Amino acid sequence: MSSVPADLLYSTEHEWVGGDAEPGSVVTIGITEHAADALGDVVYVELPSVGDPVTAGEVCGELESSKAVSELYSPVTGTVTAVNEALRHGPGAINAEPYDAGWIFKVEVTEDADLLDAEAYAEHIS
Amino acid sequence: MTRSPLHDEHVALGATLVDFAGWDMPVRYSGDVAEHLAVRTAAGLFDISHMGEIAIRGADAAAGLDAAVVSGMERLQIGRAKYTMLCTPGGGVIDDLIVYRRDWDHFLIVANAANVDTVTAALVERFSTFDATVENITADVSLIAVQGPKAEGIVAAMCTAGADDVRALKNYTWCTVLLQGDVHAMVARTGYTGEDGFEIFVVPADAVEVWRLALALGTPEGLIPCGLSARDTLRLEAGMPLYGHELTLATTPYDAGLAWVVQTGAMRVLLRPGVDGAVSMSAEPVARGDFVGREALAAAKERAVAIEADPASAPEEARILVGLVGSPGRAARAGFAVFMGGRQVGMVSSGAPSPTLGVPVAMAMVHPSAAAVGTVLDVDVRGRSETMTVTTLPLYSRAS
Repeated sequence: MSSVPADLLYSTEHEWVGGDAEPGSVVTIGITEHAADALGDVVYVELPSVGDPVTAGEVCGELESSKAVSELYSPVTGTVTAVNEALRHGPGAINAEPYDAGWIFKVEVTEDADLLDAEAYAEHIS
Repeated sequence: MTRSPLHDEHVALGATLVDFAGWDMPVRYSGDVAEHLAVRTAAGLFDISHMGEIAIRGADAAAGLDAAVVSGMERLQIGRAKYTMLCTPGGGVIDDLIVYRRDWDHFLIVANAANVDTVTAALVERFSTFDATVENITADVSLIAVQGPKAEGIVAAMCTAGADDVRALKNYTWCTVLLQGDVHAMVARTGYTGEDGFEIFVVPADAVEVWRLALALGTPEGLIPCGLSARDTLRLEAGMPLYGHELTLATTPYDAGLAWVVQTGAMRVLLRPGVDGAVSMSAEPVARGDFVGREALAAAKERAVAIEADPASAPEEARILVGLVGSPGRAARAGFAVFMGGRQVGMVSSGAPSPTLGVPVAMAMVHPSAAAVGTVLDVDVRGRSETMTVTTLPLYSRAS
């Protein structure tokens, strides 16, 4: 069973959201351990750019492993304020530390988001 | 779903399991890239029990097989193996096979998991006029592969009898051994990774013991269990075809760059001892009897020769297999369209980021005019074009 930290929020597309997902606040986004395990070793990440508008449920990047490609969905609506540049040369952090060094991007939220709590996400993947 | 006798071992090792041709098989354990690189640098342990096995037994086993597949089988020696294909009368590939000659009247065939029923049915039909039986024995055979530069030492160490025979095996030969724990096994120097390696055939009741033995003796050498994901990227780098990708009912062996597999006749080498230890050598062609697909393949060969002489003259729909190498970034995958100067010239048959080379690699079926080494092609990767360059296959060769 993969880990689902209790202090994060989740999307049904397997992204996690750290911080208050409320208008005005900045949240950190990555993919869950469950998603990283299913994808296999991520070898290439196509990140959104700082300043890009993103919409909840819409594609904003790609994650590529030996076996598969997964689209990266934004779990919230807002503007990208930072991307994890370290992933360009070390995408393996997404598998090794999905909730820490493997964070992918940050968004300043402009609309309330519809997200799952840890319990509901754990249910979603069980 | 069918379970391998090693299913519980895979679960205990934390493997991610997937449905592969109706079998619940490990796609990865620790990680695709680490598993791939372990095979290139040390050793990997694979459960390939999903592979299909077919036994041919009887007085006409050799003659029947010779007429059923595209390579000559009558003169395959006991102790040797041969890569071949089963084709339709029209020359399309039903499956690619490894045939092991167990005895003068006994052959073991390894076929793809998804095709074993089709292959068995075709062979039963083709053997109807021969005195031999065709039997799908997949359920009676477990197949464990040890692949990588450390494989020879590991497999030899697993033996209580036959270690020297294992070390002496040449590629595509096999021997029987006794493994620790009194396990009888057939060991073949064959594989699907582009590295040196062995495939170990045992009865399912012995599979767990052999798997644990290989792990125990191999782990200090750097061996790790490897899943189907690593197996796929390893064979892709090695330029080895995968049925359903490079080989289909619509492709002939010639389209897939495997002309050498089709044998219409063989050269018999004659050695004559002379006086004072001198040996004279001569060669003479030996005609092969008829085999299924022969006429269509002879025509395919003629087309292939004409195309090679003048690639631009090839019909619009002609395709041949090429290797492609890209730049770091998004990888071409099976089914993606390939373009040259805005014109579609083919399709990617297999593609992935290469763990060994660090760039995306692919095999593609393209028009002969786009197949020259160094040709720059564009692949449509989910709506955006990525540049790849035609290169020789294999994409990776081990240092010999």
